[in-house]
Amino acid sequence: MNGPLYIWLIPLLPFAGFLLNGILGSRLPKWLVTTIALLAPLAAFGLVLRAALSVFAIGGFAPSSLPYVETCPIPWINAGMLHIDFSFVLDQLSLVMLLVITGVGFLIHIYSVGYMAHDEGYARYFSYLNLFLFFMTVLVLAGNALVMFVGWEGVGLASYLLIGFWFQKTTAAEAGKKAFIVNRIGDFGFLIGMFLLLANFGTLTFSEIAIKLGQDPGWQGGVVTVIALCLLLGATGKSAQLPLYIWLPDAMEGPTPVSALIHAATMVTAGVYMIARNHVLFDHSPFALGVVAIVGAATALFAATIGLVQNDIKRVLAYSTISQLGYMFLGCGVAAYSAAIFHLMTHAFFKALLFLAAGSVIHAIGGEQDLRKMGGLRKKLPVTFWTMTAAVLAIAGFFPFAGFFSKDAILYAAFLQGPGGMALWFVGLVTALLTAFYMFRLWYLTFMGEARSPEIHPHESPWSMLGPLVILALLSIGGGWIGIERFAAFLAPSTGARAADSTIPHLELMLSGAAVAVALIGWFIADLLYRQKPAQPAQVAAALPVPYKLLANKYYVDEFYGATVVKPLLGFSKYVLGWVVDAGLLGGLAWLLGGIATFAGALLQRWQSGNLRSYAAWLAAGAAALLLFMLVPWNAVWPASLQLILKVAGH
Amino acid sequence: MSSLFSQEVPISWYLLLSAVLFSLGVVGFLIKRNLITVFMSIELMLNAVNLSFVTFAHQRHAVKGQIFVFFVMMVAAAEAAVGLAIIIAIFRARATLAVDRIDLMKL
Repeated sequence: MNGPLYIWLIPLLPFAGFLLNGILGSRLPKWLVTTIALLAPLAAFGLVLRAALSVFAIGGFAPSSLPYVETCPIPWINAGMLHIDFSFVLDQLSLVMLLVITGVGFLIHIYSVGYMAHDEGYARYFSYLNLFLFFMTVLVLAGNALVMFVGWEGVGLASYLLIGFWFQKTTAAEAGKKAFIVNRIGDFGFLIGMFLLLANFGTLTFSEIAIKLGQDPGWQGGVVTVIALCLLLGATGKSAQLPLYIWLPDAMEGPTPVSALIHAATMVTAGVYMIARNHVLFDHSPFALGVVAIVGAATALFAATIGLVQNDIKRVLAYSTISQLGYMFLGCGVAAYSAAIFHLMTHAFFKALLFLAAGSVIHAIGGEQDLRKMGGLRKKLPVTFWTMTAAVLAIAGFFPFAGFFSKDAILYAAFLQGPGGMALWFVGLVTALLTAFYMFRLWYLTFMGEARSPEIHPHESPWSMLGPLVILALLSIGGGWIGIERFAAFLAPSTGARAADSTIPHLELMLSGAAVAVALIGWFIADLLYRQKPAQPAQVAAALPVPYKLLANKYYVDEFYGATVVKPLLGFSKYVLGWVVDAGLLGGLAWLLGGIATFAGALLQRWQSGNLRSYAAWLAAGAAALLLFMLVPWNAVWPASLQLILKVAGH
Repeated sequence: MSSLFSQEVPISWYLLLSAVLFSLGVVGFLIKRNLITVFMSIELMLNAVNLSFVTFAHQRHAVKGQIFVFFVMMVAAAEAAVGLAIIIAIFRARATLAVDRIDLMKL
């Protein structure tokens, strides 16, 4: 028997924090703002931990069986055939997600206390951060697609608010808008997918859809493919995949902890989570799965190549995030959902760490983000250096760091999918090489060599920032040791069983060896170019001007979208909608109505002469007319007078 | 001769008188320029109406009509008091009582 787990409190506590700090924050003392902001996610994390402990039946809690459902007693939408409840479901998948979100989220809250200490919008910042946690936990706990959509839109809102947190900066405000608008395109796909789900299954509840799909073997391809592709469009928007990835690099305008929490560890993984949550649909459409895999692999490679030449430390990490999300999509696309979620988890650890460490570096050298102006920070920022090293090794995929296990699980699953899968595996392998290269490039440029800007006097960050770094570093090192077998076995009720191992002996070991070897090559090239011969990169760039320019300008995708989508849309809005419809049609109609009133007024104005006697005359005339109307028997008179008029007219 | 006085005056005569008085009032109201004359015309119309009230009350043996006449008289007295005060105020302000020139209310 299940005891109550109070999972509805998990989103609600951060929401309370948002309300308190959002409304009263500017009037409260700073220590109280900090306390509220930290207590809310801590309490939520505590509740998640309690739920986890009772799931595993550790520590004297009543054991709970999953999935565990809590439904709001008041019906949410009840219209005819449509019946949707506001329900939360805790299962293995959402439990893992919640642990990551509230755990990493809490660490980043602590980090933010140090990072944002001197910002004017301290309370506003934390209220937004709590708001994000509220929506993200709603998204993850959702028992049906509509509740998920509420969270989905909500995290988009929080992301918008936090990207544009320093709204005085035009670039930040623009980046916020860009993220919001690009996400709208994805949300459009999600919405259409939901409508199709309703039309075909009559329900949005994930478990009921799964049951209906299981009952009828006729659900294969066709409409299921369309639904899956619509959902995929939504996922590419939120998770910054091709072709909607363009908002994520710009989102780096937000404060660095925000980049770590929202644009690396949690929100951008919502698309992966959504696909895993709806995996039954994707399982019934091999075509949609193939598209997911190709989108993932293409994005991974594409973003990694751009990441090679970026000079802004946060932008390198942003492209790396896109690339790693591509891995997760690849994992989903080869139906290795547990591997994708595994990578999602380890990525949350090491990418949050990378961003926070980058934030610590930026903080230390006074807001500078250009890699070319850093260097030699190893001795000045020892804690940041060592934690970042752990993260770099993890993301590059070295044994025994976390990234090694999860990345290999995805690549292995891809390799097992026949010849097409091997091609995807190869793309993933090349991406791993590029990943190792650009991460070590960043590492060398930041920490090694000599300081390139002597006027900077770096100082190590306060412990409120270093503490989360250390914890995340430990997780980046050990987070993968749980192993994909145990992880997949735990997730199996939510995401389906893991594909059987290959019959070829030691295949996984060989593939792992290949991945590590490739990562070593990447490291070696970075070492060669950025430590041994620091002049070399410029020569390489000069020798290959066309590819270098292409990469440095991010394949001109922004320009391409600007010319093909934004400009025509703006032109259409300005000329057709603005001039013809708004100014012409609507404005003309308004002017016409106003003109009629003005004209009638000008006519009637003559009556109001101010002359008492003319008023009296009208009064008398009116009275006389009434009298006439009352006294004359019109029924009798009309025909006679009519005849008279006709007669006069006739003669 | 005695027959002339012993006979009652027909109702229609009273009503005719009332109508004539009312019309005189209306015409005076419309054509006179002096505000005081206009005011007097209003009184004339009120009294013409009073006359027809009394006539009908007498014919129908209903006392309500006569009571109503007292109401009208009372209101007319109050109106005369207020109206004359306004007229004095207007005269003080504008040194004229010509209705045509008191036209500040026009647009």
